[in-house]
Amino acid sequence: MVKLRTLYEKIWDAHVVERRPDGTCLIYIDRHLVHEVTSPQAFEGLRLAGRKVRRPDLTLAVPDHNLPTTPRRDADGHRVPIADPESAQQLAALERNAPEFGVRLIGDADVEQGIVHVVGPEQGFTLPGTTLVCGDSHTSSHGALGALAFGIGTSEVEHVLATQTLLLKQSKTMEVVVEGKLGFGVTPKDVALAICGHIGTAGGTGYVMEYRGSVFRDMSIEGRLTVANMSIEAGARSGLFAPDDTTFAYLKGRPMAPKGADWDAAVAWWRTLVTDEGAQFDKSVVIDAADIVPTVTWGTSPEDVVAVTGVVPDPASFEDASKRAAAQKSLDYMGLTAGQKLADVAVEHIFIGSCTNSRIEDLRAAAALLDGRHIASGIKHAMVVPGSGLVKRQAEAEGLDRIFTDAGFEWREPGCSACLGMNPDKVPAGERCASTSNRNFMGRQGPGARTHLVSPAMAAAAAITGRLTDVRELLKKEEGMA
Amino acid sequence: MDKLTTVEGKAYPFGMKNVDTDIIIPSHWLKTISRNGMGKGAFEVLRKEPGNVFDDPAYAGSPILIAGDNFGCGSSREHAAWALGDLGIRVVIAPSFSDIFSSNAFKNGILTAVLPQEAIDRLMEVAQTDDIHVDLEQQTVTTQFQDRFSFEIDPFRKHCLLGGLDEIGLTLGDADGIGVYEAKVAQDRPWMIPAVA
Ligand code: SF4
Repeated sequence: MVKLRTLYEKIWDAHVVERRPDGTCLIYIDRHLVHEVTSPQAFEGLRLAGRKVRRPDLTLAVPDHNLPTTPRRDADGHRVPIADPESAQQLAALERNAPEFGVRLIGDADVEQGIVHVVGPEQGFTLPGTTLVCGDSHTSSHGALGALAFGIGTSEVEHVLATQTLLLKQSKTMEVVVEGKLGFGVTPKDVALAICGHIGTAGGTGYVMEYRGSVFRDMSIEGRLTVANMSIEAGARSGLFAPDDTTFAYLKGRPMAPKGADWDAAVAWWRTLVTDEGAQFDKSVVIDAADIVPTVTWGTSPEDVVAVTGVVPDPASFEDASKRAAAQKSLDYMGLTAGQKLADVAVEHIFIGSCTNSRIEDLRAAAALLDGRHIASGIKHAMVVPGSGLVKRQAEAEGLDRIFTDAGFEWREPGCSACLGMNPDKVPAGERCASTSNRNFMGRQGPGARTHLVSPAMAAAAAITGRLTDVRELLKKEEGMA
Repeated sequence: MDKLTTVEGKAYPFGMKNVDTDIIIPSHWLKTISRNGMGKGAFEVLRKEPGNVFDDPAYAGSPILIAGDNFGCGSSREHAAWALGDLGIRVVIAPSFSDIFSSNAFKNGILTAVLPQEAIDRLMEVAQTDDIHVDLEQQTVTTQFQDRFSFEIDPFRKHCLLGGLDEIGLTLGDADGIGVYEAKVAQDRPWMIPAVA
């Protein structure tokens, strides 16, 4: 009898170069994305050892973390220098290393430039059934297309550059099943946050997740990218979606996707990449779609989620002592009190962007609410940072940029931006931001910054009212239902 | 990676317990682009204190560091190993190490030798005046005063350090297997891994 296998096991088996007696496997890596923060020492290591990149054709370099999102060329087309010398140095290193090792670089002035996890799928670099790595934990995003994708450290980046392989132990498998239909105003980001809340930030540790059920089957690729992106926030290095017709329609015609007869052969193989009926997962998590509502975070961990209609939890309500202490610390940091209504919490900053929510559908969802409206007077700063130059161009073609700027938002160049306080886009200490990013850790958006994770529509709603807001109220008004 | 067979020389009598990777290399060094030159940032905060062992000319250039319990705890940054390597350290001797630090050190050709606290105390004393001798083949730390302490080491790590084999070097030793895999996929699914021209 043939062994029944999960999707993860099928992809794993197809990539074993060698199996060692202790169970570790040398796994072939099909695609490697490189950015400026975690690669300089890896390239330097190659240089010192006199090694080359084994497969430059399977490697793609894109700067994103350090790039300012203000214009990069002045009126005469000259490069605007980067103020922070260390950021400038990391970018210069990537611009030197990529050509030296024969790796294609999508540079800061190219229209295709953007956040690595937006660029990979958009270019068709990310493909179903491939193994894909990057020196960044949100590499899990690419699982949306059915790629086994995970983040790695700098030594591993060097190992992949030199050998196109990694020595790995097989993970356990977990299915995350959401059946039913999402309610009015509920988005993929709310699903991702609900999963983090349900599983906890360590719940997925040691597992590769597979997202199953009607909600995920009905979801667009962009929505799947949002969900897969946050797999790591639930502790799982990778999260997979079985490739289907939605996936193939998304990929067809992308610059780096297969063409002609190759395309047909690829699709035929991709169709086999489904978990066999009856295959066993090591763990199963089932969530009812009807239980998922528009969600916000109240604390400093992505598992600290609550319905936007709810209240800040009381630390005393947590069972274990360490959780109680952590909750109290979070509330002190966030400047919130137990029992406070989330919908009463005023925000000063709005950030729409990051590899979680910076694609065209995200911008459309936010713009739909902002059309004809203006940000509240209490909002000090609101910005939209498209995930890539191509997203930006598309949005401009649809007139979304005008809607944002008319509403009082800044319209920026693509990059990681205020997702992490590494470049100039920071939230000031003690101030509060409704953010579409993925991490609300202390100091993540700048020292002392207070982050509430939300969907793009909820970020737009908060911009309009100046406080965390149930997007359904605004949507209803729009539809004349209120 | 340089081979590590025997290391003989002066040792920093450091001895501090629970040294986390922030102490070994502060986080502002994480924005650098090179692993070289990071020795300048090693123990930056401690080195502001007058009379610290790292700036004492008597120990300058020591290839051995004697430390306390739980060395290398905290963040997983590989920069800690790079900083020690850049300082010229090849062996760290302590009663215990954090796993991640140990593994990062090993990847960078640095031996982490575990010895009991009594041995550490004795070595701290000898290091004030005399050389220490580490023999990886024999798995011993000795002094000219007939001290002889044995340590355990994972056979795979020992093999790699003795041969100067890093993980990349080892995998490349398997390059044939990788080539065979690539050729097969290039035939079955050329869109996934194209044949190398
Ligand atoms: S957008 Fe944020 S989470 Fe995504 S890669 Fe950039 S810094 Fe990381």
